[in-house]
Amino acid sequence: MIQAMIGRKLAMTQYFDETGVVHPVTVVETGPNVVTQIRTAEKDGYEAVQLGFGLLKKPNKPETGHRAASGFMSAHLREVKADNLGDFAVGQVIKADAFAEGELVDVIGTSKGRGFQGGVKRHGFSGGPKTHGQSDRLRAPGSIGSSATPGRVFKGMKMAGHMGHERVTVQNLRVMKVDPERNLLLIQGSVPGPNKGLVTIQRAIKGQRKK
Amino acid sequence: MVAQLVRSLESEQYRAETPLFGPGDTVRVHAKVVEGTRERIQVFEGVVIRRRAGGINENFTVRRIASHGIGVERTFLLHSPRIDRIEVTRRGRVRRAKLYYLRGRTGRAARIKERRT
Repeated sequence: MIQAMIGRKLAMTQYFDETGVVHPVTVVETGPNVVTQIRTAEKDGYEAVQLGFGLLKKPNKPETGHRAASGFMSAHLREVKADNLGDFAVGQVIKADAFAEGELVDVIGTSKGRGFQGGVKRHGFSGGPKTHGQSDRLRAPGSIGSSATPGRVFKGMKMAGHMGHERVTVQNLRVMKVDPERNLLLIQGSVPGPNKGLVTIQRAIKGQRKK
Repeated sequence: MVAQLVRSLESEQYRAETPLFGPGDTVRVHAKVVEGTRERIQVFEGVVIRRRAGGINENFTVRRIASHGIGVERTFLLHSPRIDRIEVTRRGRVRRAKLYYLRGRTGRAARIKERRT
């Protein structure tokens, strides 16, 4: 059984469950994924399945060579865990029905890039007072350390800088609906990254919740 | 492409038929309510004071005057499976889309003229 798949976040919408409660859901195009390589303990020292997703517009020679055996010029490759490696063969296609409705999944993506941001937005600083004789203090970070002792700013001090565009995992999201024909998953809640962003969907590492 | 896909995903969940109604109309909404383990249908009748949003999120607000002249407003999702049926009992002639002005009015001032067609 495959433990994860590669997909693309498409959009968000709403979904009514069987009791009539409406849930916010993210539509994720999950696959088709193709097995491009199998990592074995004997040869590679660990076990994994390499999956491909999407199609390259202009594959170059090395890219073509690596993907030739799988039959698809996949644009994105990821290695994921799987149980029973013997069940997989290079060229095998995995569809969205690898996941079941009601299952909990973790979704890994690259968050939206926010550019260079100040402390108020990036770390939730309160900023300074707006009035009472203040000037240029509204979004200031405040003190960043002591004086001559230690005479420097500590490493890791929360300051302004680049925000977003980092790997983010959201755990324990419920799969509300699986559409194997169109390779779609409706996942409850929001998922990191912009629409059209590449995401990895894996079975929840903290396990399935009992109903 | 994606917009079309989302539209088709949403349209799968639309209710089979909805009567045409808009602000000013009086409607009877047959809503399903769960009491303990039993499910029964409760009717909420009043004037539609707005319809908003679109797609699967389309919703409308019904205002009715409950006992002691207390105004009660309830917002329903148009396509919610918890709504059994919507009946239009009266068509009203109004000149705006959102009838928030009704909130400040009581009795005769809050009447809406019937639309004749």
